Amino acid sequence: MIQAEAKNVNFYYGDFHALKDISMTFEPSSVTALIGPSGCGKSTFLRLFNRMNELIGNTRLEGLVTVDGKNIYDKDVQVDEIRKRIGMVFQKPNPFPKSIFENVAYGLRVNGINKKSILDEVVESSLKKAALWEEVKDNLKKSAMALSGGQQQRLCIARALAVEPHLLLMDEPASALDPISTAKVEDLIFELKKQYTIIIVTHNLQQAGRISDYTGFFYLGSLIEHDKTQKMFLNPADERTQSYITGRFG
Amino acid sequence: MKRFRRLFEKFIEGILLSSSTITSLTVILIVLFLFREGLGIFNRSPLEHNFIIAVSKQNPVQDLSSDQLKAIFNQDITNWSQVGGKNDSIILFTVNDITNYFTEEELGASLEYLPQKLNEFIVSHPGALMHISDKNLPSDFQGHTIHVKNISVKDFLFGKQWYPTSEPIPSFGIWPMIIGTFLVTLGALLIALPLGLATALFLAEVADIRLRNIVKPLVELLAGIPSVVYGFFGLIVIVPMVQSTFKLDVGETVLAGSLVLGIMALPTIVTIAEDALRTTPRSLKEASLALGATRWQTLRRVTIPYAKSGISAAIILGIGRAIGETMAVLMVTGNASNVPHSFLVPARTLPATIAAELGEAPYGGLHFKALFALGIVLFLFTIMINLTVAYVRNKERK
Repeated sequence: MIQAEAKNVNFYYGDFHALKDISMTFEPSSVTALIGPSGCGKSTFLRLFNRMNELIGNTRLEGLVTVDGKNIYDKDVQVDEIRKRIGMVFQKPNPFPKSIFENVAYGLRVNGINKKSILDEVVESSLKKAALWEEVKDNLKKSAMALSGGQQQRLCIARALAVEPHLLLMDEPASALDPISTAKVEDLIFELKKQYTIIIVTHNLQQAGRISDYTGFFYLGSLIEHDKTQKMFLNPADERTQSYITGRFG
Repeated sequence: MKRFRRLFEKFIEGILLSSSTITSLTVILIVLFLFREGLGIFNRSPLEHNFIIAVSKQNPVQDLSSDQLKAIFNQDITNWSQVGGKNDSIILFTVNDITNYFTEEELGASLEYLPQKLNEFIVSHPGALMHISDKNLPSDFQGHTIHVKNISVKDFLFGKQWYPTSEPIPSFGIWPMIIGTFLVTLGALLIALPLGLATALFLAEVADIRLRNIVKPLVELLAGIPSVVYGFFGLIVIVPMVQSTFKLDVGETVLAGSLVLGIMALPTIVTIAEDALRTTPRSLKEASLALGATRWQTLRRVTIPYAKSGISAAIILGIGRAIGETMAVLMVTGNASNVPHSFLVPARTLPATIAAELGEAPYGGLHFKALFALGIVLFLFTIMINLTVAYVRNKERK
């Protein structure tokens, strides 16, 4: 079974050919890490799956991107409907300047769900899934901006989980965090993969090794190699993967 | 060489220090001057310089207010009992009336007997009220002068009459101007706010970057047009338009002023509100969109709340621009000093009054001081606005 798929995808920023003929599939309840040096296109590729690249003008996509068997770039697809089913966690924690409760409830509210009992329940369960509940349960009315960076990132994860996405996109979610917070987020990802399909962009190779089932190595806009993480790290097929993983460039 | 450089740096420091000293001193001196001149109207008699009001020695009335005096001169009050005196009718007397009582021979060729005759008059007319120059007063004057109460701040602010040159007692009530300014500004805001904020939202969130790069400089260009040009445009285009649309006798109305001011306040509101909207971090907007919010939901729930204080600042600065504007308003509001009760009547504003009348007010006179007092009121209004902006901006930073 396939949860998400990219088929012969080419992507352009103006004249710049950012992604070159990439095909990749993602299985349900798996974690796939996208690695590669800066500017290799891994973040651009990730953002294809919730059509975030559209926010920048003058871009062009060729090929097919499907989630749950549906082409998300079809003309009859409403982009906000798609995004409701695909959660995203960003590189820098970006909570709204609202209360903790309102941050998690945001996705429900924009869906027109304002019933207090439902919101209470979803906020609690999402915060529990994001391993933040115990730390904030007495302060749900407090501003999210008062949390530490690591707590903010877990809040952003809870916020993404609240709308019950099928697919979770993470764009270097731990790169702005200290080691302890990073460990917490990694444990969390490990827990979350039981329920969610996760695609994570990371610069941190150890992290990719620790948390992912599959790894894709991007280089200069191309997908060089995509395989089981263990295989990629121990016995890569491509010489460039070997060089990158052993730290010879990047 | 090193010594020379140190000296040079000291020199530059000195220049910077003295420049800022001069700037601050100038500001302080202007404000002091404004208050000295303006407050002068409250601690002197409302009579023109050298003139006095005198009555017979037997008359028990000691002081009168400007309002009572005005009523007496308008003959609304004709009996001393109405102002706390004896039951006796008031005989009004000014120097011009002297020939009604005495022949030219009696007064002398060069009026050398005038003081003496004034004495005779006051003795023979116990009910007289004289408005005369103290130069004509005899040294052994048989009457007593009436103390005319100073203009009170309350009368100045809430008085409905503005007759700055009326004789013998001018009226300095600025209530019509305060209401005029308020109405014109309110109207301008009702026009400029929806238009300006909508434009700002469009430029910040909807328009693509190329369109924005054309429209925003155009709007900002509006701010650079001299206000007299707006006034001229208002006079030629807006005033006749208002007149014919509402079938009025005159088109110079509050509404015309509001329209012109509204257009003038637009660049301020658009520019500042748009800048504020664009300060909303992209990451927040992306977070909202990624949760499935539509562009409009993101705008309403994330972008606008984030930019709220900047938008408030834009609104308040727009008010400031409208309140202080002089020339354009002067040209299109008709400048009638009555309290406007709708948007379709003429009115005058505080700054327009100062601009229109300062040229004909004698230096140092009552009228002159009254105009400076108007300036103080305007200054207090604008300083309040600026403090509010500072407060709002400060809150934003926190």
